[in-house]
Amino acid sequence: MSIITVEGVSKYFGPVAAVDDVTLSIEEGEFFALLGPSGSGKTTLLRMLAGFETPSTGRITIDGTDMAGIAPNRRPVNTVFQSYAVFPHMSVADNIGYGLKLDGIGRAERANRVNEMLALVQLQGLGERKPDQLSGGQRQRVALARALAKRPRVLLLDEPLSALDAKLREAMRFELASLQHQVGITFVMVTHDQDEALAMATRCAVMDRGRLVQLATPSDLYEFPNSRFVADFIGSVNMVEGVLKTDKPDEALISTQHLGDVYVDHAVLGNVGGTLWLALRPEKIEMRPKGDGPPPQMEDAPAGLNTVAGRIDHIAYLGSESVFEVELESGLKMRVIRPNLTRWDQEDFAEEQPVWLSWHACAPAVLAG
Amino acid sequence: MRRAPPGPLEYLRRWPLRLWLLAVGLFLYVPLVALVVFSFNDSKRNIIWQGFTTKWYAKALTNESLLAAFGNSLTIAALSTIVSVVLGALAAVALWRFRFRGHTLFEGGMALPIVVPEICMGVAMLVFFARILPWPPELPWPINLGPIVIAHIAFTFPFVAVVVRARLQSFDRSQEEAARDLGASDWAAFRDVLIPHLKPSLIAGALLAFTLSLDDFVITFFTAGPDTITFPVKVYSMVRFSVTPEVNAASTLLIVVTVALTVIALRFQKPQELRA
Repeated sequence: MSIITVEGVSKYFGPVAAVDDVTLSIEEGEFFALLGPSGSGKTTLLRMLAGFETPSTGRITIDGTDMAGIAPNRRPVNTVFQSYAVFPHMSVADNIGYGLKLDGIGRAERANRVNEMLALVQLQGLGERKPDQLSGGQRQRVALARALAKRPRVLLLDEPLSALDAKLREAMRFELASLQHQVGITFVMVTHDQDEALAMATRCAVMDRGRLVQLATPSDLYEFPNSRFVADFIGSVNMVEGVLKTDKPDEALISTQHLGDVYVDHAVLGNVGGTLWLALRPEKIEMRPKGDGPPPQMEDAPAGLNTVAGRIDHIAYLGSESVFEVELESGLKMRVIRPNLTRWDQEDFAEEQPVWLSWHACAPAVLAG
Repeated sequence: MRRAPPGPLEYLRRWPLRLWLLAVGLFLYVPLVALVVFSFNDSKRNIIWQGFTTKWYAKALTNESLLAAFGNSLTIAALSTIVSVVLGALAAVALWRFRFRGHTLFEGGMALPIVVPEICMGVAMLVFFARILPWPPELPWPINLGPIVIAHIAFTFPFVAVVVRARLQSFDRSQEEAARDLGASDWAAFRDVLIPHLKPSLIAGALLAFTLSLDDFVITFFTAGPDTITFPVKVYSMVRFSVTPEVNAASTLLIVVTVALTVIALRFQKPQELRA
């Protein structure tokens, strides 16, 4: 049974729908991410789960119970706030024990649980500190420990890593994921950072302007986006408009202005003559130096297709990989990523160099809208 | 070793600003110093220094009507401060927390006692206690101080509300939500999170209310009866006969009391301020 179900939930602030008819369910033990740009309604949805906002329409159940009319302090969920909201006038131990104290748990038992939590988030020995004596990362651990101390059925996390610096953020991704394994509690996280969602979540719901646009595993979101919005929002992508030319059960041709006819090895199931978009990920494009020889031939595409000529406009060397901006003869700029597998790979190409770009028949995602 | 020449922003190390600072200091403190010095003057008149004595302190401290007035003042200040802090803090929280009909009107109306001339407040209080809420003068102490206490609450609680309101601006609402999230009722969240955050402003507001009440003359003058003389009113009546060093001595004692209270309050406030 699903631990959380959201059925047709909308939230209006005046005439504006912050959340617009969202239906989804979250399974026990999942690390679920609500992903979207700011203003997409993801935080409002989380606040409705926590009980700080009331749905205008629709129904939310947590652990099988309808949450309508149930105040935040009576819900089996706890929240890690974006600002952490650690109580500045209480010591770390008092912060973590606050929820237990409200539950009427005795001093000795409370001290045990607090120590257990301090160990869980690796803050042993810091129980007597005041929050202003902690670093940002430590404060976040206090917020985590405080929310986990009551052993909730679901932990809600509102942009948990956004206030940390880049290095710490990356380290905390792994730590949060392993913490979730350790405690076995369902995590629901709100984030605008797609890397964060892809790295930690078992499933992601992508939201746009209040609507749920796609709900999938991280790899499905990336490899099989269902719309231009998702393809563009998750990772970086080259988006090319085209017209469906032929559509057969196991192959299709899409003619584009910039890439010529593009061959894909599956059916598109669209209207022939209708407008489509091809989403081509930068790392799925192969780049070769353009000499006097003939254009490279992709073995899974008909002769002369899925290859275009261009000229390197700009190179961004990022260490682990290099990002190339290639200007096609049509004027379109394509982004290409090459991993630097050896210590000399970055010397393979230079700016202004003419190149061939080619891709496999399975590389582009064909999008209808 | 010679010190480096003053930098472009080190105004305090240049003579014009030092001179200015000195002038301001003189302007502010010379009258107070004169008051204190002449309280030790061995003369009936205040003007000419005749020699050192502490007899005026002895006289002031044995002047029963002066002591009674001082006692009245402290009692009034304490009572009105307690009520003012509670009322002012609640008004500030209500204005911050809720949107309701007449919100702006209430907010403006509450600030009225701050801007209305004190003399008008005094006359208004006189009329109020003559016509609307007559207070029998023969009631036992401290109930007979009621009109003054009520008048003082009316003009001090807006100051508390303003101070608390300012502090509320820096409150992170998610802290209250965190408390609710962890199982706190509305009241528990208020008690455990909001009150500790407001503590410095409650202390500052209380201090403000206390000193405003303690040295108020105008409003008190209109609400005091023959048996409910406060310290400032008493000093005024003593001065009408002649300015003796006894008045200086009494005033010096009042200064000492208020400064001591301020120091205590600041001590109390400091750790919280640093942490906030």
